[in-house]
Amino acid sequence: MGEASGAELEALKRGDEATFVDVIQRYHGPMLRLAMAYVRDHHVAEDVVQETWLTAIRALDRFEGRSSLKTWIFGIVINVARSRRRKESRLLPFTALLRRDDADRRQRTVDPSRFTAAGDWRALPNQWDNIPEARLIAGETLQRVKAAIEDLPPKHREVIVLRDVAELEAGTVSDMLGISAENQRVRLHRARAAVRKRLEEYLG
Amino acid sequence: MKCREVVELMTDYLEGALSAIDRHRFEEHIAGCDGCRAYLEQMRITLSQVHRLADEPIPERVQEQLLEAFRSWKSTGRSTPS
Ligand SMILES: [Zn+2]
Repeated sequence: MGEASGAELEALKRGDEATFVDVIQRYHGPMLRLAMAYVRDHHVAEDVVQETWLTAIRALDRFEGRSSLKTWIFGIVINVARSRRRKESRLLPFTALLRRDDADRRQRTVDPSRFTAAGDWRALPNQWDNIPEARLIAGETLQRVKAAIEDLPPKHREVIVLRDVAELEAGTVSDMLGISAENQRVRLHRARAAVRKRLEEYLG
Repeated sequence: MKCREVVELMTDYLEGALSAIDRHRFEEHIAGCDGCRAYLEQMRITLSQVHRLADEPIPERVQEQLLEAFRSWKSTGRSTPS
């Protein structure tokens, strides 16, 4: 997914429909996944995406393009989704509110029992480049990834979605979330490691 | 550098956030360690798997509704013609 250019923004401001359709198609997956980092329900997340676009359309004339179109849109998703979550938070199961969000760098992301006392692998991780392509691109594998992301602590989830699904830059994501570059990287690491672990349970 | 530490540096490495010295030590370790090389490959495959979530298509109904909103903004709702 390429970074939206200034030309794209100009086309939208002119009311160019082909550009609009292209952008809403291109951003749909990442926007939906980002919304689901805040609201669990798929239908609510779809509402968030629609509300984001309606908000963006209304504000388009006033948007000066100081940030990229993409950064602007994803920022609106976060605002809309957060306010939706606040409205619905009393409906959340209690455990979801107590879920730990530990950005502690010292906490290990790989089960310590995988290593000897000296810190070497006991048994080597499998080589995934031997896995048949058909298995990697199967819907079942994708479902595992989705489930793994949904089970992450919210603060790890938003980072991995912004970085690895939406492919926004590290600096942009730190700014959007108001966290340090270091903290962003720690959260990203923990999120990726958790998804890898779930994939390993499935792929071997 | 031990495997146990190397796995915790994977993201810093992929993000280009390691110091020159640490990057050198990391790469040296990876070059001589099948386990950590496999783990790094697993991390890369994990990233590409996560990115597959971006491909979720927009439902046709949603696209139509949004396009409708865009058209109506274009024809009537604009604050200033530019
Ligand atoms: Zn190693």
